[in-house]
Amino acid sequence: MTDLPASPPRRQLGLVIDLDICVGCHACAVTCKEWNSGGHSAPLTDHDPYGAHPTGVWFNRVHAFEVGDGDGDSRTVHFPRSCLHCQDAPCVTVCPTGASYKREEDGIVLVNADTCIGCKLCSWACPYGAREYDQDAGVMKKCTLCVDRIYNDTLPPTSRVPACVSTCPVGARHFGDLGDPDSDVSRLVAARDGFALMPEQDCKPVNRYLPPRPRRAVAEAPALAAPADPEEDGGVLARWVDRILSR
Amino acid sequence: MKYSPFETVKDSVETAPRVADSVKQTTCFMCACRCGIDVYLKNGKVRYIEGNADHPINKGVLCAKGAAGIMQHYSPARLQKPLLRVGERGAGQFREIEWDEALAIATEWLGAVRRSDPRRLAFFTGRDQSQSLTGWWADRFGTPNYASHGGLCSVNMAAAGLYTIGGSFWEFGEPDWDHTRYLMLFGVAEDHDSNPIKIGLGRLKTRGDAKVVSVNPIQTGYSAIADEWIGIRPGTDGLFVLALIHELLKADRIDWDYLGRYTNAGWLVIQDRGGAEDGLFARDADGNPQCWDAERNVPVGALDAGARAAVVGTFVLPDGRSATPAFALMAARYLDRQYDPGAVAGTVGVPAATIRRVAAELADVAFNQTVELDVAWTDWAGRRHDRMVGRPIAMHAMRGISAHSNGFHTCRAIHLLQMLLGSIDVPGGFRYKPPYPKPVPPGPAPTGCDGSPDIPLGGMPLGMPRGPEDLLVEPDGSASRIDKAYSWEHPIAAHGMMHMVIHNAWAGDPYDIDVLMMYMSNMGWNSAMNVPGTLKYLTDKDAETGAYRIPRIIYSDAYYSEMVPYADLVLPDTTYLERWDCISLLDRPISSADGPADSIRQPVCRPDRDVRPFQDVLLDLGARLGLPGMTDAAGGPAYPGGYTDYIVNHQRCPGIGPLAGWRGEDGQSHGTGAPNPGQLDSYVRNGCFWSHELPPDQRYFKHANRGYLKYAKAMGWIPAERPTVLQIYSEVLQKFRQAARGHGPVQPPDEHRARIETYFDPLPIWYQPLEEAAIDNAAFPLHAVTQRPMHMYHSWGSQNAWLRQITSHNRLFVHPDTAAALGIGDDDWVWVSSHHGRVKGQVRLMRGVVPNTVWTWNAIGKRKGAWRLADDAPESTRGFLLNHIISELLPARDGGPRHANADPVTGQAAWYDLRVAIARCGADEAGETAPRFAPLPAPPGRPFATPAVLRYGGDLKGHGAAHGGGEHMEWLGNRHELAARIGGVPDGHGNRCAERRGTERKP
Repeated sequence: MTDLPASPPRRQLGLVIDLDICVGCHACAVTCKEWNSGGHSAPLTDHDPYGAHPTGVWFNRVHAFEVGDGDGDSRTVHFPRSCLHCQDAPCVTVCPTGASYKREEDGIVLVNADTCIGCKLCSWACPYGAREYDQDAGVMKKCTLCVDRIYNDTLPPTSRVPACVSTCPVGARHFGDLGDPDSDVSRLVAARDGFALMPEQDCKPVNRYLPPRPRRAVAEAPALAAPADPEEDGGVLARWVDRILSR
Repeated sequence: MKYSPFETVKDSVETAPRVADSVKQTTCFMCACRCGIDVYLKNGKVRYIEGNADHPINKGVLCAKGAAGIMQHYSPARLQKPLLRVGERGAGQFREIEWDEALAIATEWLGAVRRSDPRRLAFFTGRDQSQSLTGWWADRFGTPNYASHGGLCSVNMAAAGLYTIGGSFWEFGEPDWDHTRYLMLFGVAEDHDSNPIKIGLGRLKTRGDAKVVSVNPIQTGYSAIADEWIGIRPGTDGLFVLALIHELLKADRIDWDYLGRYTNAGWLVIQDRGGAEDGLFARDADGNPQCWDAERNVPVGALDAGARAAVVGTFVLPDGRSATPAFALMAARYLDRQYDPGAVAGTVGVPAATIRRVAAELADVAFNQTVELDVAWTDWAGRRHDRMVGRPIAMHAMRGISAHSNGFHTCRAIHLLQMLLGSIDVPGGFRYKPPYPKPVPPGPAPTGCDGSPDIPLGGMPLGMPRGPEDLLVEPDGSASRIDKAYSWEHPIAAHGMMHMVIHNAWAGDPYDIDVLMMYMSNMGWNSAMNVPGTLKYLTDKDAETGAYRIPRIIYSDAYYSEMVPYADLVLPDTTYLERWDCISLLDRPISSADGPADSIRQPVCRPDRDVRPFQDVLLDLGARLGLPGMTDAAGGPAYPGGYTDYIVNHQRCPGIGPLAGWRGEDGQSHGTGAPNPGQLDSYVRNGCFWSHELPPDQRYFKHANRGYLKYAKAMGWIPAERPTVLQIYSEVLQKFRQAARGHGPVQPPDEHRARIETYFDPLPIWYQPLEEAAIDNAAFPLHAVTQRPMHMYHSWGSQNAWLRQITSHNRLFVHPDTAAALGIGDDDWVWVSSHHGRVKGQVRLMRGVVPNTVWTWNAIGKRKGAWRLADDAPESTRGFLLNHIISELLPARDGGPRHANADPVTGQAAWYDLRVAIARCGADEAGETAPRFAPLPAPPGRPFATPAVLRYGGDLKGHGAAHGGGEHMEWLGNRHELAARIGGVPDGHGNRCAERRGTERKP
């Protein structure tokens, strides 16, 4: 068993994902794969990449599914899924070697590849399915919140955020300190009724999702008025006999 | 090191590893969007590709395709050396040859053609981004038989736009994302402008004050985040739009000021039934169009700033003929009850009440929610306006409109709707991207030839006909070009008709060719209609001589695509990270509505195999063939430095070359100027792009904005500082119609008269898609369309090791009610049958599709053996193409000739017209797709390995400080839009903020 930090981390770095504007383009998923292939947990091994069952390690996956009955309010939801960096992370407490841990300084949940024995208990414990076992390396891997980017002063400042965030074309991904109620992301979550995923699991996830907003209607648009005599096309045109166009 | 399970071992996280040895900038080519990228290089390999934060197209973002560029660059399907066919065509048997031999063979084949009849070379390129070079090469060679893939893709959008408003959707225009209040997206496959659309939609939706309406048979992608999804029957969008126009006209909710100032609404149309000028504009002796001055009761110049034009009525011209304003003809047409929402609802599959409501919403937003910018500007006539006032309705459409046989007129109808609402290039509307708008009608005309040996065409092969006299036809009215573009079959085929080339070359109709040369176009598979037939045409032999019906095929591609085995000579191209390129304003610009831009690619990796960029090869071949312009006075190459030499030094006309930036001997001129030897260095220093931001007073009303017109003229984009008048009524179309009625020196053969009369209506029309009109719809009761997933849209990437983990096979998406009625369940395998053939695939039930339509992801299916995928790859066992069952020809009717399955105006391939029936297959048939084609053998030589386990990046992990000095910075997507709405959030972009709160860190 592994302990969580004795006192909750001051910072709770995490992601806020806007389901109102995510179009399911997979940019975040592939960019994550690309960065992390040479990143902290490199490589993100792919098996049978040109064969019948191509499967690899991905820290971020986008699921698309339909909700509703199709008669009015049905919609396709695009749902990006990655580690939520829980405050009460069961993947940490279940770890028999101390390899799975939560950082005291920023709350990021990481796996120490040197001490991971590949027992997969953490992937059983995670209710979000956010762990990725690299069977080639024999260790568990997962979203690092780009721990090797966000503090990395060898990168330009605009790149010092998780790769999935800065690449998102629609701007549906946000990053910041969710432990600080005055942070930009906390203000955004408050303004948009951001929610935690599956709170009943009692994991206290840090990441938040912003719900799709109600469909916007122009309900107040007044109906178009019919001309006096709509049956007579000539009559309709006659309305415009005195109309003059200016250049 | 040993670890004890009883101790907690502190992990050492290197938070500031050195990621790259160097970072180079270039331009992405994973699709047609052309984003700026920063390529991180380490140990001679590509570590990471990131969006260029300063680039005008993508502003730092990058899509899934761009992020998967590494896997494309290192694809095991890369070709390695020139190949010469040794077995039968299609068998994939080649021997590797040296470049010298390859170029000598190509020169011999091409030289023989040029010395006899240059037309016998057909040169067609795919998603080529160097068309100003390839087109020029065809001109210099002397063949008119040149085009790119636009005829398959989007010519309806380009032609309808250019002939109507002097610009078009996607490349020549975009919605005003920041000001629009009502965005209408028409049709599937709308993702050509991949990242700019996503960036814009994100901003617009985050703002929260605009409604997004998707008119689309399928609710995926952008439809999934639209406020309203209007599930429309495929191919009926034009009728839906004309019903909206009917409603707006009936209620007199149109923008009269806009119509008067910027359109030809008031221009007089001659009403002289049977006369040679019937339906043409009344013009004065100098050719100026006339309007009827309603106050003075005389005809006056319609372009005069002081003209006061009547909009309805019939007037007598000085010569005694009658004339009516274009507006009156238009209004009379669409006020007819056939366009009443109640009359069209059944056909379009949208309730009349919905159509009426949408019309009311459009009127409400246009006229009650006007956007006003506090920007003074001067119009074309010198009149000062103290504000920019706009109707904030924007529209966007792409292939879902384009790939129908009625797409040209449907697109014109959408532009007409925008004109009536006054929403073109106004705040909140649809905006032109420079160098557009251009004059209407566009030009120049296409160039043909008589087949004389050894001489250039003297002009570009593709162009824009302004009337029958610009067609490329023989004296007997038959087609001059191999693809029959610009013939009476498809007069305004402005992008050529690539989809007909292979068929026509095989059939010898209108003549035989000797060499087919293609670049980057998978015509042996997913770029062809009727794949089985196409493969037959490519391999068929003359029964008497035993020679191939298409004698020689030269093909250039970077990868082992399905087309490669059908070539006689293969010229291997580089990947996009190994080459120079220019994305030119002469070609397909990357501008935004706020200003022009162009860009380059520079090589960031050195090829590790014996391949050459096709553009270098083309210039080399040009020099070897002695083509004028590609050889100097001494007979040597005019561009010995290859493509970069051409990019910098070629001038299309004095002062204008491929790149607009840093011209002139001092490198300080933009737009026009002498060649600058340091030009490419300047581009590289600037992130490989050039852009110019228009001043605020030039950003709207570009078609009539004096400041903008002056700038556009100085840049060489327009011939004169004259406004572009938007064409409600198209005189060009009427000219063709008059020819069909027996007027003018160039008239269609009798068998084409009725078609021309019908389809060259000067006002937008709607007609049933031609395949649907020609077949038994009871036998084929469903529409079938395709689209590409966003992570593969316009991409070569479906064999990409990462992207194929997301999608490696495609399903047929069917509405549950449709499936239930046919006894089909989720996961069932079905036969999909058209009048042309049948294909087998697996069903996925989906509510977000209209019940009369089925659809699938296109170009996922691969041929076994191609692209270096394993024989049991799902792409070939379960992936399927609807291409197999789409005919390139329409069914025969009344014993007449079979016409191309295409728009009769533009020749646009009508692959979304497909009608099908579906039926569950027998249990013994389930599990694999059909038809199956013989597996292709591996390419010759030593192809790249396809590892069972790919550990890419394992050796690229960086090392560095355990604790980086960088501070994490908060990132908000759409920060600017959020800052305006959420208290305490500072303005800026991402993690760059204009001002930070309190004592917080500064970025």
